Amino acid sequence: MDRFVWANGLLEMNETLVIQVTICPLFPGHVLFLDLKKSPKIAKIVIHLHPAPENKEPGPYQHSKYSFIKLSFKEHGQIEFYRRLTEEMTQKRWENTPVLQPIPTGIGPKAGRTRAVGIVGIERKLEEKRKETDKNISEAFEDLSKLMEKAKEMVEVSKSIANKIKDKQGDITEDETIRFKSYLLSMGIANPVTRETHGSGTQYHIQLAKQLGDMLQAPLEERGGMMALTEVYCLVNRARGMELLSPEDLVNACKMFESLKLPLRLRVFDSGVMVVQLQSHSEEEMIASALDNVSDKGSLTAEEFAKLLGLSVLLAKERLLLAEKMGHLCRDDSVEGLRFYPNLF
Amino acid sequence: MHRRGVGAGAIAKKKLAEAKYKERGTVLAEDQIAQMSKQLETFKTHLEEFASKHKQEIRKNSQFRVQFQEMCATIGVDPLASGKGFWSEMLGVGDFYYELGVQIIEVCLALKHRNGGLITLDELHHRVLKGRGKFAQDVSQDDLVRAIKKLKAMGNGFGMIPVGGSYLVQSVPAELNMDHTVVLQLAEKKGYVTVSEIRDSLKWERERACHVLDHLLKEGLAWLDSQAEGEPQYWLPALFSELLSRDITPEEANQMTP
Repeated sequence: MDRFVWANGLLEMNETLVIQVTICPLFPGHVLFLDLKKSPKIAKIVIHLHPAPENKEPGPYQHSKYSFIKLSFKEHGQIEFYRRLTEEMTQKRWENTPVLQPIPTGIGPKAGRTRAVGIVGIERKLEEKRKETDKNISEAFEDLSKLMEKAKEMVEVSKSIANKIKDKQGDITEDETIRFKSYLLSMGIANPVTRETHGSGTQYHIQLAKQLGDMLQAPLEERGGMMALTEVYCLVNRARGMELLSPEDLVNACKMFESLKLPLRLRVFDSGVMVVQLQSHSEEEMIASALDNVSDKGSLTAEEFAKLLGLSVLLAKERLLLAEKMGHLCRDDSVEGLRFYPNLF
Repeated sequence: MHRRGVGAGAIAKKKLAEAKYKERGTVLAEDQIAQMSKQLETFKTHLEEFASKHKQEIRKNSQFRVQFQEMCATIGVDPLASGKGFWSEMLGVGDFYYELGVQIIEVCLALKHRNGGLITLDELHHRVLKGRGKFAQDVSQDDLVRAIKKLKAMGNGFGMIPVGGSYLVQSVPAELNMDHTVVLQLAEKKGYVTVSEIRDSLKWERERACHVLDHLLKEGLAWLDSQAEGEPQYWLPALFSELLSRDITPEEANQMTP
């Protein structure tokens, strides 16, 4: 894009979608800012513009005394937007698009974009677009194959290294092991080295674990000290907005809590459910509270317990199961559901 | 902490090993690791080049994504293993699938009170697309399947059960063995199943059929309609959700089982 133009959301013939961000509708009479709050936390990008050419289509204002626009990013997205904007500006992709042959209607090409007219024009546009798309796709597949060949070489090298480590052909230091692991991580190659060094993750996972340690304190407190890993995944990734964590990243980072002496733990219940829990919320406390609540009400199902504590049903059930495992509760398992009673035996 | 490879003795030993190996023309692992670092930089450049030309294709074209994923699998590379991987950072494949993962989890969670944690891939697809809004990229069922496979790493019982040519997506750790799966497959045609139907089609004893159906009831995956004509019918909300025109609250759901 080499210009800021008020247009409808549809793509023109020569335009390709870079990225689409939902922008609040602009109402006539309001200024061209997305957000008027004067908070130091809101990032802004200022785009300075040349004056509009004469044949510009009308927009919401006839003219403005400002020669720039400001884009406010209330929550996030500014880094990505800025990156893409500068990318597009440097690549100048608009200079690469094929110029359409104007239809010989005798009028001649106009300044600015050339528009073919009539049904013939539309058909021709579509045909050009199809050809361009086809060319792009086949080129893309070709390039993809070549790229994969190179990736395959990397896989072979890493296998060879792993074998050498296994056969102990020349000892490598811990630093080298860490470096090797991070190379595998970059390439997405599974770690073929069977022996474990201390901690299962790389530098990246260590950093991540510390970030999570900070970030999850408050949410965990709010939720009774425990959250399912899937909940954590959604919470963290929604907050990040981009450069998201993979499920494996999250698991590997959480596995490091203990060795890094952070006040959180990753825990796997018998059912396979994985949770993150605060160190401070001890096991005994949880079981005692479960017993209290059940005794208080006479009996409880997982749903009832969940409602009582404001937990998810899944985690409420795990706590009851845990208390049962420790011998404090016993169950009544019927078609109507699973109900827990204090263990009087 | 014991440090390997230091001290005069270790140096001498290493020199000897190096000499021996160089004699035979074999390269040591540590030399290879140093070499790998350089090769990695080169590969990164190739990937950057590819990304600058074709990053769009990955995001727009689901067919291309399938091709890309399959090629990676063939050579032994998982482009979705980490958000820190090159593939994710430069091609943006990571964010696409990880965000999809979030959307899948949210849809499953929202519907769990109704279907017990079991949903057809079709319905999941439909609801995810709805949630993404009209400006988001299109997502195919293949995309969903790959995202779900990644979610499995986080425990919590994400799984897929083959049923009637497609899949049921499970999002709770309910234990479902072969018997349960087979009954689900039987129920797929009409959305419900009866004890007689199970006995006729699968040739099971009454007790076995009842045992399986009781388990499905307990897990909240099936509802009992004891007032149906003939014999009681066991309905699976996961399978008949499209027929329901309104959402059922948890209270209503509880009232439907005896």
